[in-house]
Parts: sequence; structure tokens; C-alpha cells
Amino acid sequence: MPSGGRREGRAEAASPAPAVAGVSGARAPARGLSLQTSRRLWLVIFLGPAVALFATFVTYPIVSALAYSVYGWEGIGRREFVGLGNFVRLFETYPYPRLLANAFWHNVIVFALTMLVQNLAGLGLALILARGPVGARTYRVVFFLPVTLSLVIVGFMWALFLNPVFGIVNKALAAAGLAGLARPWLGDPQTALVTLTLINAWRWLGFPTLVFLAGIQAVPDEYLEAARIDGAGEGEVIRRIILPLLAPSVTIIVTLTFIGAFNWFELPYVVQGVSGPPNRATDVLGLLFYRTAFGEVDTGLQDIGVGSAIAVLMFIVMGAVATFGALYLRRREIELA
Amino acid sequence: MTPASRRPRSLWSPLAHAVLMANAVLVLVPMVLMGLSAFKTTREIFQRPFGLPATWSLANFQRVWVEARFGDYFQNSLIVTVASAAILVVLGAMTGYALGRFQFRGNDLLYVYFLSGLLLPIRLAIIPLFILMRNLNLLDTLWSLILIYAASGLPSAVFILTGFFRTLPADLDSAARIDGASEWVIFTRVMLPLVRPALVIVTIYNVIPIWNDFFFPLVFIKSDRLKTLPLGMTTFFGQYYTDYAALFAGLTLAALPVIALYVVLSQHFIRGLTAGAVKG
Repeated sequence: MPSGGRREGRAEAASPAPAVAGVSGARAPARGLSLQTSRRLWLVIFLGPAVALFATFVTYPIVSALAYSVYGWEGIGRREFVGLGNFVRLFETYPYPRLLANAFWHNVIVFALTMLVQNLAGLGLALILARGPVGARTYRVVFFLPVTLSLVIVGFMWALFLNPVFGIVNKALAAAGLAGLARPWLGDPQTALVTLTLINAWRWLGFPTLVFLAGIQAVPDEYLEAARIDGAGEGEVIRRIILPLLAPSVTIIVTLTFIGAFNWFELPYVVQGVSGPPNRATDVLGLLFYRTAFGEVDTGLQDIGVGSAIAVLMFIVMGAVATFGALYLRRREIELA
Repeated sequence: MTPASRRPRSLWSPLAHAVLMANAVLVLVPMVLMGLSAFKTTREIFQRPFGLPATWSLANFQRVWVEARFGDYFQNSLIVTVASAAILVVLGAMTGYALGRFQFRGNDLLYVYFLSGLLLPIRLAIIPLFILMRNLNLLDTLWSLILIYAASGLPSAVFILTGFFRTLPADLDSAARIDGASEWVIFTRVMLPLVRPALVIVTIYNVIPIWNDFFFPLVFIKSDRLKTLPLGMTTFFGQYYTDYAALFAGLTLAALPVIALYVVLSQHFIRGLTAGAVKG
């Protein structure tokens, strides 16, 4: 017969005294039955509403999303079973393969650039902040501020600043004697995606910074002391001790960056529009999925079957990366314990 | 000894300060310019984009608040955020308590069931969700948003709160039980007050993304009077797109509540929003 909570189970094992009571286990047997029943009732009361809500609005839609991908659709009405037909169309019927490859490639660029610019900068800032410079607390608060702002606000703010004629960015460049560099940052296919990724990095930079900072501060001081006494330079301390011990934080940030990059939607939608202009230079999977699901503005093309197929592929990729990241962290934790 | 050992005096200390300062400028200058522009006229914004406003007039704010339905947008965002966070925290605490303090068959399974929600982005299920909301007659109501935010926030709430409940000493609830307290009283009077820090984390972790969300309102809400702030902003930008003074005033107005709250509660915000990525 199981005793109370998990924690109680551990407490029992640790202490020589017999455990006083679990919810049911250690009670007098005569009252066992009614207590069992009332305990069941309480469990239903505590768990029932949450399970019902979660099952209806999370599990059921996710399972349906998988199911939808193997049916044909007319508008919002489900038709016949088509097996993998939607996936075949996604990969073989014009214009889907081209759109898919284009959007996927952009997600990859966003991920790589975010890793390179935002997360490396975050790591650098964290390494500096971890040395406890004057004002470190204030810097922490300032750096994290944009993370709390809505991407809609951030996107619109930068769109105004980057306006080719009236925006302050080109005016500032001109004032600095760099008028030659001024360009329509968001209107030029060469620079639009990179600019958008940098706006995103402006908003998010504080997040990896503080996650890395927490990771560095968790490194035991004795390790750093010992290394310095052995004559290790600062660079060596960072490379040989801090970075290896930072692996869990790095895993978390890489995983979250990946999921964020492949879920990218708000910023390109708000700043550029649903079709990923100019000329699909900022089209990403999130926009493509949205357009196939709810209809394209320019062509009126709506195909819930193909849209669901895109969703399933994204589920698989993101679920795999998230699971892999979680498993790696779990293994690391066990190793370190 | 410890703090000193983390900052050996070296030559690159001025460089480090320069880097920190540069990043602070990079973060703050755009926001300050946004705020300053909100007081200017459009002509002033174009002619003297970096200067202080000639007069500190609130005219732009007034215009935006009255003409552009900002009052409605704020109210909708507030209703949706408060309602969904309340449901989510209450149900999350009840679930966390049951999973963290009771042992029963299926406990682990249920825990993993909720946690699976952390791995799968719910937005990808937007097509079935749209059809579900339509069948329930919830499209274009604030309820559609409240329900999806409450439901999709449960995994993180259950994860954080179950962990907290598990760490509480075993004697607490047993003692109360011996005293004859009912399960509900034990839960609300004994256990809940002890996990208050976790409740704060769960609230902030969810409230900020819910307040800022754009995706679900975009799909579920059509009526202008029911739009939340982020969605309303896009309508507003479409209407005023050449009126820079109004646009900057609108942006500043929309950003202000969160910034003000952040200034007061920054440590809670940082802890809450990095929960899950940072231990402890």
C-alpha cells in the first residue's frame, strides 16, 4: 500500500521513526475504505478541471492536427482520406516545394544568425557581468527590459526608425558621414531578413545574457580559485572551466533559440506582412503555414490539408529538438549528481 | 575573498565597462527616442528626430486614446490576461498539489502528460483550434483567448508547482490531517501559503507572454471592439501609417504599463521569465 506524497516516501526511508501518516496508507485499516473513497474524490476534484481543460484545448487540437494532414479538404470542410497525399503535394506540386524550401532556408538563417550574434553577445555580456563590475545589478535590469516588451511594439518601433525616408537610422548614418550606407533596410531583399533578425536579437538579447550569467555564477568558486592558483590565465579559466560547466545553459539556449527561430511569426508578420516581402525574402515557415491554413491574401490559396502537413513536419522537427535537449540535460544532471 | 576572486584587477576592466555601457545605450536610446517622439508633432519628428520636443504636449496621447480605441484594447487585454492567469494559477496549483503530495497509480503518467505540452508548440494546432472554437461558438469572443491561454499555460504551471510542493516537509499535511482538517483546508490554508514564491513565478512566466500575444487574437478575434492591445496596434498602424506623432504616442502608450511594472518588479520579472531556463 503506497503511503502519502513522494516526499513522505523519501522521509520515511531516511528517518528511523515510523512515518506518522500518508494520505491513506498508514491509517487504521477499519477506516481504510471510506478514506480510500474520499481520497479518490479529492483527487478528482483537484485534477479533474485541469485535465479536462488541457485535454480539450491542447491534446485534442494537437492530435487533430496530425489527423487533418491525412485528409483532403475543401475550404474548412473535411473530405476523403488521402493518406500521405498532402505531404506528396507539399513536396511535389507547384508552388509548394519552392515556397517550402525558401521559407525553411530563411528559418535556418534566422537560427544561425541569432546563435552567432545574439547568443554569442549574450555570453560575452554574461562573462563580463559575472566579474561583478560596478553597476552590475542595474545593467542586468536594463539589459532584460526589452524582453518584457511585446514583439508588436518592438517591430513597429523599429519599422518607424528604419523607414528609408523619415527613419532615424538612415538619418543617423548621414549625420555620421556614412550616408553611402543608408538603404531601405527592410525593403531591400538583400538586407530585409538580416535586419529583421537583428530587431529580434535587440528584443531577446537580455534573455541568454541572464541565463548564461546564472550558469556562470553557479560555478563553484573553489574551481576558479584552484585554477588561478595553478597559474591559469583568465582566458584559460573561461575556456577550460567556465565554458564546460556552462553546457546545460548552452543546451537550453540552443534549444529555445531553435524553437523560437522555427516558430518565427509575429515579427515578420507585423513588420513585413503575411506574404514575406520583398519578394518572399522574409518568408518563413510560420508565415507559409498561416497562409496555407487561412488563405493567401494575394492568391486566395487556402489548403488545410497541405497546411496541416506543414504543421506536422514542424511538430516533428521541434518536438525532436526539444526532446533531445531535455534528454541531454537530464543525463548531464545525473552525471553531475 | 569570493567577490574579489571573481574580479581580478586587470587592464581590460575599462574595456568591459565600455561594452556594458554601449549595450545599455543600445537598449535605452531607441526607447527614449520613441518616448520623446510621442510628444512631438510629425513635422518635428522629421526635422529634429534626435532633439527634445519643443513643448511637452500630451495632445498626441489624448488623440490616440480617444480616436483609436486604445481604451477598449487595454480593457480587453486586461480582462483576458487576468482571467486566464487566474484560471491557470488556480488549476495549476490544484494539479501541482495533487501530483506533488499524493501517491496514486497514474501519477507519473499524468505528470508526463502535462509536461508533453512543453515540447509541442500549441500554435501549430491552430487549424483544429479554429474549428473547435467555431463549433463551440467561441470565435470572436474573449473566452476563446482566455481558454487557450489557460490551457496552454498549464504545463509550465504544473511543472513548476509540482516541484515546489514536493520539496515541502512531509509532516505539514499529515499533522493537519490528524487535526481533522479537510483536504481543501489543508490545500488552501496550509500548503498554498508556503508555495507563494512559486505562484509569483508561474504568474509572471505566463502573464507577460499572454499580455503580449498577437497570434491567437489574430486568428480568433475579428471585431475591432474585442481586439487586445497587440492586435489593436496593427489596426491602429494601418489607419495612421503616415501620422508619425500618433504612431509614436500609441507605441509609447502601449509599452508604458509593462515598463512601469518592470521598473517596480524587475527582480520578479527576471526570475519569472527565465524560470525553467535557470535553476533555483
